[in-house]
Amino acid sequence: MVRASSVEIRKVNKFYGPFHALKDIDMSIAPGKVTCLIGPSGSGKSTLLRCVNFLEEYNSGEVLIDGELIGYETAGGKKMSSRRLREMRRTIGMVFQQFNLWPHMTALQNVAEGLIRVRGMAKSEAEARAADALEKVGLGDRMSNHPSRLSGGQQQRVAIARAIAMEPRLMLFDEPTSALDPELVGEVLSVMKALAAEGMTMVVVTHEMGFAAHVADKVAFMEQGELVAMDEPANILHHPEDPRIQSFLRTYHERNSF
Amino acid sequence: MFSWTTFWESFIPLLWAARFTVLVSGLGIVLGLGIGALICAGALSPWKPMRIFAALWVSFLRGVPLLVQLLLVYFLLPVIGINVPALVAAVGTVAICASAYISEIWRGAINALPRGQTEAAKAIGMAPLSQWTRIILPQAITMSLPALINELILLVKASSLVSVVGILEITRASQAQAATTFRPLEVYLAAACIYLAINLCLAGVGRWLEHRMAV
Ligand SMILES: Nc1ncnc2c1ncn2[C@@H]1O[C@H](COP(=O)(O)OP(=O)(O)OP(=O)(O)O)[C@@H](O)[C@H]1O
Ligand SMILES: [Mg+2]
Repeated sequence: MVRASSVEIRKVNKFYGPFHALKDIDMSIAPGKVTCLIGPSGSGKSTLLRCVNFLEEYNSGEVLIDGELIGYETAGGKKMSSRRLREMRRTIGMVFQQFNLWPHMTALQNVAEGLIRVRGMAKSEAEARAADALEKVGLGDRMSNHPSRLSGGQQQRVAIARAIAMEPRLMLFDEPTSALDPELVGEVLSVMKALAAEGMTMVVVTHEMGFAAHVADKVAFMEQGELVAMDEPANILHHPEDPRIQSFLRTYHERNSF
Repeated sequence: MFSWTTFWESFIPLLWAARFTVLVSGLGIVLGLGIGALICAGALSPWKPMRIFAALWVSFLRGVPLLVQLLLVYFLLPVIGINVPALVAAVGTVAICASAYISEIWRGAINALPRGQTEAAKAIGMAPLSQWTRIILPQAITMSLPALINELILLVKASSLVSVVGILEITRASQAQAATTFRPLEVYLAAACIYLAINLCLAGVGRWLEHRMAV
């Protein structure tokens, strides 16, 4: 089992110029829990997820990882040192919609790079660990391939291996399967399921309602920068009370039926 | 009648003069790469005065013909009491002029990298220096190779301009040779062959490098 972090989001606001992208978001995620963020396009899901590792700077409120404020020295105070921020980010893995693998490195190098540069490991040790991580996502036989020689599903699994090799206590996923052909979605989701079963805290922005229904402990629905509801999957996905959720799910089901 | 003898004999003085062509363009590109890197860093710096300086540097050096720059340097330096050999002035001017184009080539390549490349590095806690040396520069340099080779070939050809400050490179040497032999066609054809040979070699090296660095 992994040592998992908690995430506490309190009254977080984010502005892009005059545009209010996140409105007083409150969210509490216990260690080892899986939370799926759903909602229409432009509702602020990615923005919120990126505030958790401070890739996006929130303007007010607090984001606490294991009780520790990320991004600022004190709530509403000045920014934390970049060194301290880097230390905090080491324990937070992130997986992107577009994989963002480094194309000039092999799969193994992509995974080993952070262990060498960030964790300061010797190359041989880093590569041994990277190989373990790639085995774990089922890519033991693809380690010397460059990303351009891998399918989308394989690339995304390398990206997951790159994150888990750093031994994070929290994993953030921003639509990890949205760029994949339908037949490749399953292999990525099953790696994520295995990770959840190990007790990793996960925050997952997704349109995969099946994953949300079966794997998530909580599902959060966002719309226009607001957190509309956060509850057990069944209460959000099967019998939602809020009309905004009902209409979102209706659109979703219409699009997915033929 | 075309005189093959004159054609072949022209190669001796022209190849001897080619050392200046190679020296001026070779040193020009090497120094230009260094200065260009600094100017590019200035253009990307968070500090506004640096960005303004870099922008002025690029606009001036791209906006004024190299020939005029060479004449300016040649006549200006003695006026302000600096006496340097013509060759040094020529190499310096060519390098500075090239640095403007090279810094733009690199700036373009760096800006063309998707933002996700550095975001992935930041997300695992990679320090800025490693982001540059491991993620940004290796990709930007590979991407900029064709443009850099192109720039080098332009420099080889533009190096004929340094004859205005009295350096006997290929073009100037062929003018002299044409005047003494009264056979301009043969002489200039030989000069063309030498330029072509140099540039084909450069293009070949470029291809080889691109191939080696491709993923
Ligand atoms: N850098 C930015 N500058 C200005 N506006 C932005 C920026 N990034 C996001 N936004 C705006 O903030 C809002 C929320 O964007 P966000 O990417 O978080 O939405 P999302 O819920 O992830 O949508 P999607 O499902 O399409 O990914 C959108 O209206 C978007 O236009
Ligand atoms: Mg998004």
